[in-house]
Amino acid sequence: MRVFGLNWRIIRALLSSQYAHMLEYRAEIALWALSGVLPFIMLSLWSGSAARAELGLDGVALDRYFLSAFLVRQFSVVWVVYAFEEDALLGRLSPYLIQPLHPLWRYVAGHLGEQLTRLPFAALIAALFFVIQPQAFWVPSLGGFVLAWIATWMAFAIAFLLQSLIASLCFWSEKATALERLLFLPFLFFSGLLAPLTAFPPAVRAWVQWTPFPYLIDFPARVLSGDPVNLAAGFAAQLGWVLLLLPLVLLLWRAGVRRYSAMGA
Amino acid sequence: MRDVSFAIAPGEMVGFLGANGAGKTTTLKMLCGLIHPSAGEVLVAGHRPQRRHPDFLRRITLVMGQKQQLIWDLPPMDSLRVNAAVYGIPDRVASRRIAELSDLLELGEELTRPVRKLSLGQRMKAELLAALLHEPEVLFLDEPTLGLDVNAQMRVRQFLADYNRRTGATVLLTSHYMADITALCPRVMLIHQGQLFHDGALDRLASRLAPERHVRLELEQPAPAEAFTGLGQLDRLENCEVNLRVDPAALTSVVAQILERFEVRDLEVNDPPIDQLIGELFRQGSL
Repeated sequence: MRVFGLNWRIIRALLSSQYAHMLEYRAEIALWALSGVLPFIMLSLWSGSAARAELGLDGVALDRYFLSAFLVRQFSVVWVVYAFEEDALLGRLSPYLIQPLHPLWRYVAGHLGEQLTRLPFAALIAALFFVIQPQAFWVPSLGGFVLAWIATWMAFAIAFLLQSLIASLCFWSEKATALERLLFLPFLFFSGLLAPLTAFPPAVRAWVQWTPFPYLIDFPARVLSGDPVNLAAGFAAQLGWVLLLLPLVLLLWRAGVRRYSAMGA
Repeated sequence: MRDVSFAIAPGEMVGFLGANGAGKTTTLKMLCGLIHPSAGEVLVAGHRPQRRHPDFLRRITLVMGQKQQLIWDLPPMDSLRVNAAVYGIPDRVASRRIAELSDLLELGEELTRPVRKLSLGQRMKAELLAALLHEPEVLFLDEPTLGLDVNAQMRVRQFLADYNRRTGATVLLTSHYMADITALCPRVMLIHQGQLFHDGALDRLASRLAPERHVRLELEQPAPAEAFTGLGQLDRLENCEVNLRVDPAALTSVVAQILERFEVRDLEVNDPPIDQLIGELFRQGSL
Protein backbone atom coordinates (compact mmCIF):
# COMPACT_ATOMS: atom_id res chain seq x y z
CA MET A 1 0.00 0.00 0.00
CA ARG A 2 1.22 3.49 -0.83
CA VAL A 3 0.70 6.63 1.22
CA PHE A 4 1.25 9.82 -0.80
CA GLY A 5 2.76 7.54 -3.48
CA LEU A 6 5.28 6.07 -1.04
CA ASN A 7 5.72 2.75 0.66
CA TRP A 8 8.48 1.50 2.94
CA ARG A 9 10.41 -0.11 0.08
CA ILE A 10 10.45 3.10 -2.00
CA ILE A 11 11.53 5.14 1.05
CA ARG A 12 14.36 2.68 1.77
CA ALA A 13 15.52 2.59 -1.87
CA LEU A 14 15.39 6.38 -2.26
CA LEU A 15 17.13 7.10 1.04
CA SER A 16 19.90 4.55 0.56
CA SER A 17 20.62 5.68 -3.01
CA GLN A 18 20.54 9.37 -2.07
CA TYR A 19 22.74 8.80 0.99
CA ALA A 20 25.25 6.95 -1.22
CA HIS A 21 24.99 9.79 -3.72
CA MET A 22 25.62 12.46 -1.09
CA LEU A 23 28.57 10.54 0.34
CA GLU A 24 30.23 11.12 -3.04
CA TYR A 25 30.03 14.83 -2.22
CA ARG A 26 31.09 14.55 1.45
CA ALA A 27 34.01 16.96 1.06
CA GLU A 28 31.73 19.60 -0.40
CA ILE A 29 29.11 18.94 2.28
CA ALA A 30 31.78 19.36 5.00
CA LEU A 31 32.58 22.77 3.54
CA TRP A 32 28.89 23.65 3.46
CA ALA A 33 28.64 22.65 7.14
CA LEU A 34 31.63 24.89 7.90
CA SER A 35 30.11 27.75 5.96
CA GLY A 36 27.08 27.63 8.26
CA VAL A 37 28.94 29.11 11.22
CA LEU A 38 27.13 32.45 10.90
CA PRO A 39 25.39 31.93 14.29
CA PHE A 40 28.82 31.66 15.97
CA ILE A 41 29.93 34.92 14.36
CA MET A 42 26.73 36.53 15.59
CA LEU A 43 27.33 35.07 19.04
CA SER A 44 30.77 36.69 19.24
CA LEU A 45 29.28 40.01 18.08
CA TRP A 46 26.43 39.91 20.59
CA SER A 47 28.71 38.72 23.41
CA GLY A 48 30.88 41.81 23.10
CA SER A 49 27.94 44.18 22.72
CA ALA A 50 26.27 46.23 25.43
CA ALA A 51 22.93 45.41 23.76
CA ARG A 52 23.26 41.79 24.87
CA ALA A 53 21.12 42.47 27.92
CA GLU A 54 18.22 43.39 25.59
CA LEU A 55 18.07 39.85 24.22
CA GLY A 56 16.63 38.37 27.38
CA LEU A 57 19.11 35.49 27.26
CA ASP A 58 21.47 35.63 30.21
CA GLY A 59 24.79 33.87 30.78
CA VAL A 60 25.21 30.66 28.84
CA ALA A 61 21.67 30.86 27.46
CA LEU A 62 22.85 33.00 24.55
CA ASP A 63 25.73 30.59 23.80
CA ARG A 64 23.32 27.66 23.81
CA TYR A 65 20.82 29.54 21.67
CA PHE A 66 23.34 30.24 18.91
CA LEU A 67 24.77 26.70 19.00
CA SER A 68 21.21 25.40 18.74
CA ALA A 69 20.54 27.84 15.89
CA PHE A 70 23.62 26.45 14.11
CA LEU A 71 22.44 22.85 14.57
CA VAL A 72 18.86 23.59 13.51
CA ARG A 73 20.13 25.37 10.42
CA GLN A 74 22.41 22.42 9.58
CA PHE A 75 19.44 20.07 9.51
CA SER A 76 16.93 22.35 7.84
CA VAL A 77 19.01 23.71 4.96
CA VAL A 78 17.03 23.48 1.74
CA TRP A 79 18.38 23.69 -1.80
CA VAL A 80 15.51 22.16 -3.76
CA VAL A 81 15.01 25.27 -5.91
CA TYR A 82 18.58 25.10 -7.23
CA ALA A 83 18.48 21.35 -7.94
CA PHE A 84 15.04 21.61 -9.47
CA GLU A 85 15.94 24.54 -11.69
CA GLU A 86 18.99 22.71 -13.01
CA ASP A 87 17.00 19.53 -13.63
CA ALA A 88 14.23 21.44 -15.41
CA LEU A 89 16.66 23.38 -17.60
CA LEU A 90 18.73 20.34 -18.53
CA GLY A 91 15.68 18.18 -19.25
CA ARG A 92 16.46 15.74 -16.42
CA LEU A 93 12.99 16.29 -15.00
CA SER A 94 11.30 14.52 -17.91
CA PRO A 95 12.16 10.93 -16.89
CA TYR A 96 11.03 11.68 -13.30
CA LEU A 97 7.71 13.07 -14.53
CA ILE A 98 6.81 9.86 -16.32
CA GLN A 99 7.47 7.59 -13.35
CA PRO A 100 4.70 6.66 -10.92
CA LEU A 101 6.24 8.70 -8.09
CA HIS A 102 5.93 12.43 -7.43
CA PRO A 103 9.32 13.93 -8.40
CA LEU A 104 9.41 16.04 -5.21
CA TRP A 105 9.96 12.86 -3.17
CA ARG A 106 13.32 12.42 -4.89
CA TYR A 107 14.36 15.87 -3.74
CA VAL A 108 13.11 15.19 -0.20
CA ALA A 109 15.21 12.01 -0.17
CA GLY A 110 18.19 13.97 -1.52
CA HIS A 111 17.90 16.46 1.37
CA LEU A 112 17.58 13.71 3.98
CA GLY A 113 20.59 11.91 2.52
CA GLU A 114 22.53 15.16 2.68
CA GLN A 115 21.51 15.74 6.31
CA LEU A 116 22.78 12.31 7.24
CA THR A 117 26.08 13.01 5.47
CA ARG A 118 26.30 16.36 7.25
CA LEU A 119 25.68 14.84 10.71
CA PRO A 120 29.30 13.97 11.64
CA PHE A 121 30.61 17.34 10.48
CA ALA A 122 27.93 19.23 12.41
CA ALA A 123 28.65 17.09 15.50
CA LEU A 124 32.37 17.83 15.16
CA ILE A 125 31.77 21.58 14.95
CA ALA A 126 29.46 21.39 18.00
CA ALA A 127 32.15 19.45 19.90
CA LEU A 128 34.72 22.12 19.01
CA PHE A 129 32.31 24.78 20.27
CA PHE A 130 32.14 23.05 23.67
CA VAL A 131 35.93 22.82 23.81
CA ILE A 132 36.10 26.59 23.31
CA GLN A 133 33.06 27.37 25.49
CA PRO A 134 33.01 24.58 28.10
CA GLN A 135 30.69 26.55 30.37
CA ALA A 136 27.97 26.32 27.69
CA PHE A 137 27.96 22.51 27.69
CA TRP A 138 24.59 20.92 28.30
CA VAL A 139 22.78 17.74 27.45
CA PRO A 140 19.10 18.22 26.69
CA SER A 141 16.62 15.86 28.31
CA LEU A 142 15.38 13.01 26.11
CA GLY A 143 11.96 14.65 25.88
CA GLY A 144 13.50 18.01 25.04
CA PHE A 145 15.71 16.42 22.40
CA VAL A 146 12.80 14.61 20.74
CA LEU A 147 10.70 17.80 20.71
CA ALA A 148 13.64 19.77 19.25
CA TRP A 149 14.13 17.06 16.63
CA ILE A 150 10.46 17.23 15.62
CA ALA A 151 10.57 21.06 15.59
CA THR A 152 13.68 20.94 13.36
CA TRP A 153 12.02 18.53 10.94
CA MET A 154 8.94 20.74 10.85
CA ALA A 155 11.23 23.70 10.13
CA PHE A 156 12.78 21.66 7.31
CA ALA A 157 9.29 20.81 6.00
CA ILE A 158 8.25 24.50 5.97
CA ALA A 159 11.50 25.59 4.30
CA PHE A 160 11.21 22.77 1.76
CA LEU A 161 7.62 23.67 0.91
CA LEU A 162 8.44 27.38 0.66
CA GLN A 163 11.28 26.66 -1.75
CA SER A 164 9.20 24.11 -3.66
CA LEU A 165 6.61 26.84 -4.17
CA ILE A 166 9.31 28.95 -5.78
CA ALA A 167 10.77 25.94 -7.60
CA SER A 168 7.36 25.32 -9.18
CA LEU A 169 7.69 28.74 -10.79
CA CYS A 170 10.45 27.16 -12.93
CA PHE A 171 7.59 25.90 -15.06
CA TRP A 172 6.92 29.56 -15.95
CA SER A 173 10.25 31.26 -15.43
CA GLU A 174 13.57 29.63 -16.20
CA LYS A 175 15.30 31.51 -13.38
CA ALA A 176 13.26 30.85 -10.26
CA THR A 177 16.39 30.90 -8.08
CA ALA A 178 16.44 34.69 -8.45
CA LEU A 179 13.10 34.76 -6.61
CA GLU A 180 14.52 32.56 -3.89
CA ARG A 181 17.03 35.29 -3.08
CA LEU A 182 14.12 37.59 -2.31
CA LEU A 183 12.98 35.08 0.27
CA PHE A 184 16.45 34.70 1.75
CA LEU A 185 16.62 38.26 3.05
CA PRO A 186 13.56 38.13 5.37
CA PHE A 187 14.66 34.63 6.36
CA LEU A 188 18.06 35.93 7.41
CA PHE A 189 16.61 38.68 9.59
CA PHE A 190 13.40 37.20 10.95
CA SER A 191 14.30 33.54 11.41
CA GLY A 192 16.50 34.11 14.45
CA LEU A 193 19.74 33.30 12.66
CA LEU A 194 21.30 36.74 13.22
CA ALA A 195 19.64 37.42 16.56
CA PRO A 196 16.96 35.84 18.71
CA LEU A 197 13.56 37.34 17.96
CA THR A 198 13.60 38.98 21.38
CA ALA A 199 16.13 41.44 19.91
CA PHE A 200 13.39 43.02 17.76
CA PRO A 201 10.97 45.70 18.99
CA PRO A 202 7.65 44.26 20.21
CA ALA A 203 5.72 45.64 17.21
CA VAL A 204 8.08 43.96 14.72
CA ARG A 205 8.04 40.76 16.77
CA ALA A 206 4.24 40.73 16.82
CA TRP A 207 4.18 41.14 13.04
CA VAL A 208 6.91 38.57 12.36
CA GLN A 209 5.01 35.94 14.37
CA TRP A 210 2.53 35.82 11.48
CA THR A 211 5.23 34.86 8.99
CA PRO A 212 6.81 31.38 8.73
CA PHE A 213 10.33 32.69 9.47
CA PRO A 214 10.49 32.46 13.31
CA TYR A 215 9.48 28.80 13.09
CA LEU A 216 12.46 27.98 10.90
CA ILE A 217 15.25 28.71 13.41
CA ASP A 218 14.16 30.67 16.50
CA PHE A 219 11.47 28.28 17.74
CA PRO A 220 13.34 24.96 17.23
CA ALA A 221 16.57 26.51 18.56
CA ARG A 222 14.81 27.61 21.74
CA VAL A 223 13.30 24.15 22.16
CA LEU A 224 16.76 22.57 21.79
CA SER A 225 18.54 25.03 24.06
CA GLY A 226 15.90 24.62 26.75
CA ASP A 227 14.68 28.24 26.75
CA PRO A 228 11.19 28.75 28.06
CA VAL A 229 8.96 28.70 24.98
CA ASN A 230 5.29 28.16 24.25
CA LEU A 231 5.52 24.67 22.76
CA ALA A 232 1.86 24.33 21.86
CA ALA A 233 1.76 27.67 20.04
CA GLY A 234 5.07 26.96 18.25
CA PHE A 235 4.13 23.49 17.03
CA ALA A 236 0.64 24.68 16.07
CA ALA A 237 2.16 27.48 13.98
CA GLN A 238 4.58 25.04 12.33
CA LEU A 239 1.79 22.60 11.54
CA GLY A 240 -0.39 25.46 10.29
CA TRP A 241 2.30 26.59 7.84
CA VAL A 242 2.84 23.04 6.57
CA LEU A 243 -0.90 22.57 6.06
CA LEU A 244 -1.16 25.90 4.28
CA LEU A 245 1.87 25.48 2.03
CA LEU A 246 1.39 21.83 1.07
CA PRO A 247 -1.82 22.27 -0.98
CA LEU A 248 -0.41 25.46 -2.50
CA VAL A 249 2.71 23.60 -3.66
CA LEU A 250 0.64 20.75 -5.08
CA LEU A 251 -1.73 23.13 -6.88
CA LEU A 252 1.07 25.24 -8.34
CA TRP A 253 2.96 22.08 -9.32
CA ARG A 254 -0.08 20.67 -11.10
CA ALA A 255 -0.65 23.95 -12.96
CA GLY A 256 3.06 24.14 -13.80
CA VAL A 257 3.25 20.61 -15.18
CA ARG A 258 0.48 21.56 -17.64
CA ARG A 259 2.76 24.31 -18.92
CA TYR A 260 5.89 22.19 -18.93
CA SER A 261 7.55 22.09 -22.29
CA ALA A 262 10.19 19.54 -21.27
CA MET A 263 13.02 21.95 -21.83
CA GLY A 264 16.37 20.86 -23.06
CA ALA A 265 15.17 17.60 -24.54
CA MET B 1 1.63 20.30 -34.44
CA ARG B 2 -1.25 20.68 -36.90
CA ASP B 3 -3.83 18.03 -37.81
CA VAL B 4 -1.57 15.11 -37.04
CA SER B 5 -3.61 11.92 -36.86
CA PHE B 6 -2.38 8.37 -36.70
CA ALA B 7 -2.97 5.06 -34.97
CA ILE B 8 -0.38 2.45 -34.09
CA ALA B 9 -1.36 -1.16 -33.46
CA PRO B 10 0.03 -3.09 -30.46
CA GLY B 11 3.39 -4.64 -31.29
CA GLU B 12 4.18 -2.35 -34.23
CA MET B 13 7.60 -0.76 -34.65
CA VAL B 14 7.21 2.64 -36.23
CA GLY B 15 9.93 5.04 -37.29
CA PHE B 16 9.34 8.72 -36.84
CA LEU B 17 11.27 10.89 -39.28
CA GLY B 18 11.67 14.58 -39.75
CA ALA B 19 14.20 17.38 -39.89
CA ASN B 20 15.36 19.12 -36.71
CA GLY B 21 12.47 21.16 -35.33
CA ALA B 22 9.87 19.29 -37.40
CA GLY B 23 7.96 18.23 -34.28
CA LYS B 24 9.13 14.64 -33.68
CA THR B 25 10.21 15.10 -30.07
CA THR B 26 7.18 17.27 -29.34
CA THR B 27 4.95 14.46 -30.57
CA LEU B 28 6.78 11.89 -28.45
CA LYS B 29 6.48 14.11 -25.37
CA MET B 30 2.78 14.50 -26.03
CA LEU B 31 2.35 10.75 -26.37
CA CYS B 32 4.05 10.05 -23.06
CA GLY B 33 2.21 12.83 -21.22
CA LEU B 34 5.01 15.36 -20.78
CA ILE B 35 3.33 17.98 -22.94
CA HIS B 36 -0.38 18.72 -22.84
CA PRO B 37 -1.94 19.03 -26.30
CA SER B 38 -3.70 22.38 -26.77
CA ALA B 39 -6.31 20.72 -28.98
CA GLY B 40 -7.22 17.26 -30.19
CA GLU B 41 -7.08 13.92 -28.48
CA VAL B 42 -4.26 11.55 -27.62
CA LEU B 43 -4.88 8.00 -26.43
CA VAL B 44 -2.04 5.65 -25.54
CA ALA B 45 -2.72 2.18 -24.14
CA GLY B 46 -6.28 3.33 -23.45
CA HIS B 47 -5.17 6.35 -21.40
CA ARG B 48 -5.00 10.08 -21.95
CA PRO B 49 -1.26 10.55 -21.40
CA GLN B 50 -1.46 14.06 -19.94
CA ARG B 51 -3.38 12.70 -16.94
CA ARG B 52 -0.32 10.61 -16.07
CA HIS B 53 -2.37 7.91 -14.44
CA PRO B 54 -0.04 5.53 -12.54
CA ASP B 55 -1.36 2.61 -14.59
CA PHE B 56 -0.44 4.47 -17.79
CA LEU B 57 3.02 5.38 -16.45
CA ARG B 58 3.68 1.72 -15.63
CA ARG B 59 2.92 0.74 -19.22
CA ILE B 60 5.16 3.19 -21.05
CA THR B 61 8.75 4.30 -21.13
CA LEU B 62 10.67 7.12 -22.75
CA VAL B 63 14.32 6.89 -23.66
CA MET B 64 16.05 10.03 -24.81
CA GLY B 65 19.50 9.56 -26.27
CA GLN B 66 20.62 12.95 -25.04
CA LYS B 67 19.18 12.71 -21.54
CA GLN B 68 19.71 10.35 -18.67
CA GLN B 69 17.77 9.10 -15.71
CA LEU B 70 20.61 7.17 -14.08
CA ILE B 71 22.26 8.84 -11.07
CA TRP B 72 25.56 10.12 -12.46
CA ASP B 73 27.82 9.36 -9.49
CA LEU B 74 26.40 5.96 -8.58
CA PRO B 75 26.52 2.59 -10.33
CA PRO B 76 23.48 1.88 -12.55
CA MET B 77 22.49 -0.88 -10.09
CA ASP B 78 21.49 1.78 -7.50
CA SER B 79 19.17 3.48 -9.96
CA LEU B 80 17.78 0.08 -10.97
CA ARG B 81 16.93 -0.70 -7.34
CA VAL B 82 15.10 2.63 -7.04
CA ASN B 83 13.21 1.95 -10.28
CA ALA B 84 12.26 -1.54 -9.10
CA ALA B 85 10.80 -0.04 -5.91
CA VAL B 86 9.05 2.83 -7.70
CA TYR B 87 7.41 0.46 -10.21
CA GLY B 88 6.57 -2.07 -7.50
CA ILE B 89 8.60 -4.89 -9.07
CA PRO B 90 9.29 -7.63 -6.48
CA ASP B 91 13.02 -8.06 -5.72
CA ARG B 92 13.16 -11.57 -7.18
CA VAL B 93 11.48 -10.50 -10.44
CA ALA B 94 13.67 -7.39 -10.68
CA SER B 95 16.84 -9.48 -10.24
CA ARG B 96 15.70 -11.92 -12.93
CA ARG B 97 14.86 -9.10 -15.37
CA ILE B 98 18.15 -7.31 -14.68
CA ALA B 99 20.00 -10.57 -15.39
CA GLU B 100 18.05 -11.16 -18.62
CA LEU B 101 18.31 -7.62 -19.93
CA SER B 102 21.97 -7.19 -19.00
CA ASP B 103 22.66 -10.45 -20.80
CA LEU B 104 20.91 -9.21 -23.95
CA LEU B 105 22.62 -5.85 -23.70
CA GLU B 106 25.99 -7.40 -22.92
CA LEU B 107 26.28 -5.50 -19.67
CA GLY B 108 28.17 -7.09 -16.78
CA GLU B 109 30.40 -5.37 -14.29
CA GLU B 110 29.37 -2.03 -15.85
CA LEU B 111 26.27 -2.21 -13.67
CA THR B 112 28.42 -1.87 -10.56
CA ARG B 113 30.66 0.94 -11.83
CA PRO B 114 29.67 4.61 -11.40
CA VAL B 115 27.75 5.88 -14.41
CA ARG B 116 30.27 8.69 -14.92
CA LYS B 117 32.96 6.08 -15.57
CA LEU B 118 31.03 4.29 -18.32
CA SER B 119 31.50 4.90 -22.04
CA LEU B 120 28.65 6.51 -23.96
CA GLY B 121 27.62 3.14 -25.41
CA GLN B 122 27.67 1.39 -22.02
CA ARG B 123 25.71 4.28 -20.50
CA MET B 124 23.07 4.12 -23.21
CA LYS B 125 22.66 0.39 -22.72
CA ALA B 126 22.32 0.92 -18.95
CA GLU B 127 19.74 3.66 -19.64
CA LEU B 128 17.80 1.20 -21.80
CA LEU B 129 17.94 -1.38 -19.04
CA ALA B 130 16.62 1.15 -16.50
CA ALA B 131 13.87 2.24 -18.87
CA LEU B 132 12.76 -1.32 -19.62
CA LEU B 133 12.98 -2.85 -16.15
CA HIS B 134 9.22 -2.54 -15.63
CA GLU B 135 8.57 -4.26 -18.99
CA PRO B 136 6.64 -1.40 -20.58
CA GLU B 137 4.20 -2.19 -23.37
CA VAL B 138 4.90 1.04 -25.22
CA LEU B 139 8.41 2.35 -25.88
CA PHE B 140 9.06 5.91 -26.98
CA LEU B 141 12.65 6.09 -28.14
CA ASP B 142 14.09 9.46 -29.05
CA GLU B 143 17.45 9.09 -30.77
CA PRO B 144 18.47 6.04 -28.72
CA THR B 145 21.67 5.51 -30.73
CA LEU B 146 22.78 9.14 -30.88
CA GLY B 147 26.54 9.47 -30.61
CA LEU B 148 27.19 5.72 -30.39
CA ASP B 149 29.82 4.05 -32.53
CA VAL B 150 28.69 1.74 -35.33
CA ASN B 151 29.08 -1.46 -33.26
CA ALA B 152 27.18 -0.06 -30.31
CA GLN B 153 24.44 1.17 -32.65
CA MET B 154 24.09 -2.31 -34.12
CA ARG B 155 23.89 -3.91 -30.68
CA VAL B 156 21.20 -1.49 -29.52
CA ARG B 157 19.26 -2.09 -32.74
CA GLN B 158 19.51 -5.85 -32.33
CA PHE B 159 18.41 -5.56 -28.72
CA LEU B 160 15.35 -3.47 -29.62
CA ALA B 161 14.34 -5.93 -32.33
CA ASP B 162 14.70 -8.85 -29.86
CA TYR B 163 12.79 -6.97 -27.17
CA ASN B 164 9.93 -6.27 -29.57
CA ARG B 165 9.82 -9.93 -30.66
CA ARG B 166 10.01 -11.24 -27.12
CA THR B 167 7.51 -8.93 -25.40
CA GLY B 168 5.32 -7.73 -28.28
CA ALA B 169 5.96 -4.16 -27.16
CA THR B 170 4.93 -1.26 -29.39
CA VAL B 171 7.85 0.95 -30.39
CA LEU B 172 7.89 4.48 -31.73
CA LEU B 173 11.39 5.46 -32.67
CA THR B 174 12.98 8.66 -33.84
CA SER B 175 16.49 8.60 -35.19
CA HIS B 176 18.76 10.58 -37.42
CA TYR B 177 20.44 7.33 -38.39
CA MET B 178 18.47 5.87 -41.26
CA ALA B 179 20.06 2.50 -40.53
CA ASP B 180 18.04 2.40 -37.27
CA ILE B 181 14.83 3.02 -39.15
CA THR B 182 15.48 0.67 -42.07
CA ALA B 183 16.60 -2.13 -39.71
CA LEU B 184 13.73 -1.85 -37.25
CA CYS B 185 10.69 -0.13 -38.69
CA PRO B 186 8.53 -1.56 -41.48
CA ARG B 187 6.36 1.53 -41.13
CA VAL B 188 7.54 5.12 -41.04
CA MET B 189 5.91 8.45 -40.41
CA LEU B 190 7.49 11.56 -41.79
CA ILE B 191 6.61 14.76 -40.01
CA HIS B 192 7.32 18.10 -41.58
CA GLN B 193 6.61 21.54 -40.17
CA GLY B 194 4.22 20.05 -37.62
CA GLN B 195 2.25 18.06 -40.19
CA LEU B 196 2.25 14.40 -41.12
CA PHE B 197 3.66 14.13 -44.65
CA HIS B 198 3.84 10.35 -44.92
CA ASP B 199 2.53 7.38 -42.97
CA GLY B 200 3.25 3.98 -44.46
CA ALA B 201 5.96 1.69 -45.76
CA LEU B 202 9.47 3.03 -46.13
CA ASP B 203 9.69 2.20 -49.87
CA ARG B 204 6.48 4.11 -50.53
CA LEU B 205 8.06 7.09 -48.85
CA ALA B 206 10.99 6.75 -51.23
CA SER B 207 8.62 6.83 -54.22
CA ARG B 208 6.95 9.94 -52.86
CA LEU B 209 10.20 11.75 -52.19
CA ALA B 210 11.74 10.74 -55.50
CA PRO B 211 8.96 10.08 -58.00
CA GLU B 212 11.43 9.22 -60.81
CA ARG B 213 13.39 5.98 -61.34
CA HIS B 214 17.10 6.09 -62.02
CA VAL B 215 18.26 4.29 -65.18
CA ARG B 216 21.97 3.67 -65.62
CA LEU B 217 23.25 2.62 -69.03
CA GLU B 218 26.53 1.40 -70.37
CA LEU B 219 26.56 1.59 -74.17
CA GLU B 220 28.78 -0.20 -76.67
CA GLN B 221 29.33 3.08 -78.58
CA PRO B 222 29.22 6.68 -77.32
CA ALA B 223 26.06 8.59 -78.28
CA PRO B 224 25.26 12.34 -78.44
CA ALA B 225 22.91 13.96 -75.88
CA GLU B 226 20.26 14.53 -78.55
CA ALA B 227 19.90 10.77 -78.94
CA PHE B 228 18.23 10.63 -75.52
CA THR B 229 15.55 13.22 -76.28
CA GLY B 230 12.14 12.07 -75.11
CA LEU B 231 13.52 9.27 -72.93
CA GLY B 232 13.75 11.23 -69.67
CA GLN B 233 15.94 13.67 -67.81
CA LEU B 234 19.59 13.21 -68.77
CA ASP B 235 21.68 13.49 -65.61
CA ARG B 236 25.04 12.33 -66.84
CA LEU B 237 26.68 11.52 -70.17
CA GLU B 238 30.33 10.50 -70.16
CA ASN B 239 31.54 8.45 -73.12
CA CYS B 240 29.49 5.27 -72.86
CA GLU B 241 28.15 5.95 -69.32
CA VAL B 242 24.64 7.44 -69.18
CA ASN B 243 22.37 8.26 -66.24
CA LEU B 244 18.71 9.05 -66.87
CA ARG B 245 15.78 9.89 -64.63
CA VAL B 246 12.57 8.36 -65.94
CA ASP B 247 8.88 8.65 -65.06
CA PRO B 248 7.93 5.26 -63.50
CA ALA B 249 4.77 5.07 -65.66
CA ALA B 250 6.87 5.29 -68.83
CA LEU B 251 9.67 3.03 -67.61
CA THR B 252 8.78 -0.07 -69.68
CA SER B 253 8.41 1.85 -72.93
CA VAL B 254 11.58 3.90 -72.27
CA VAL B 255 13.61 0.75 -71.65
CA ALA B 256 12.19 -0.78 -74.86
CA GLN B 257 13.14 2.36 -76.82
CA ILE B 258 16.66 2.36 -75.34
CA LEU B 259 17.20 -1.25 -76.35
CA GLU B 260 15.90 -0.45 -79.83
CA ARG B 261 17.98 2.72 -80.37
CA PHE B 262 21.31 1.70 -78.83
CA GLU B 263 23.62 -1.24 -78.44
CA VAL B 264 23.50 -1.71 -74.69
CA ARG B 265 26.27 -3.43 -72.74
CA ASP B 266 24.57 -3.01 -69.34
CA LEU B 267 21.32 -1.54 -68.02
CA GLU B 268 20.28 -0.93 -64.42
CA VAL B 269 17.06 0.54 -62.96
CA ASN B 270 17.32 1.85 -59.40
CA ASP B 271 15.49 3.80 -56.74
CA PRO B 272 17.68 6.41 -55.09
CA PRO B 273 18.77 5.24 -51.60
CA ILE B 274 16.25 6.28 -48.95
CA ASP B 275 18.87 7.68 -46.61
CA GLN B 276 20.13 9.90 -49.41
CA LEU B 277 16.60 11.17 -50.03
CA ILE B 278 15.87 11.79 -46.38
CA GLY B 279 19.28 13.36 -45.88
CA GLU B 280 18.60 15.68 -48.78
CA LEU B 281 15.21 16.49 -47.33
CA PHE B 282 16.69 17.30 -43.90
CA ARG B 283 19.36 19.47 -45.48
CA GLN B 284 16.90 21.43 -47.58
CA GLY B 285 14.35 21.63 -44.77
CA SER B 286 11.57 21.59 -47.33
CA LEU B 287 9.58 19.10 -49.38
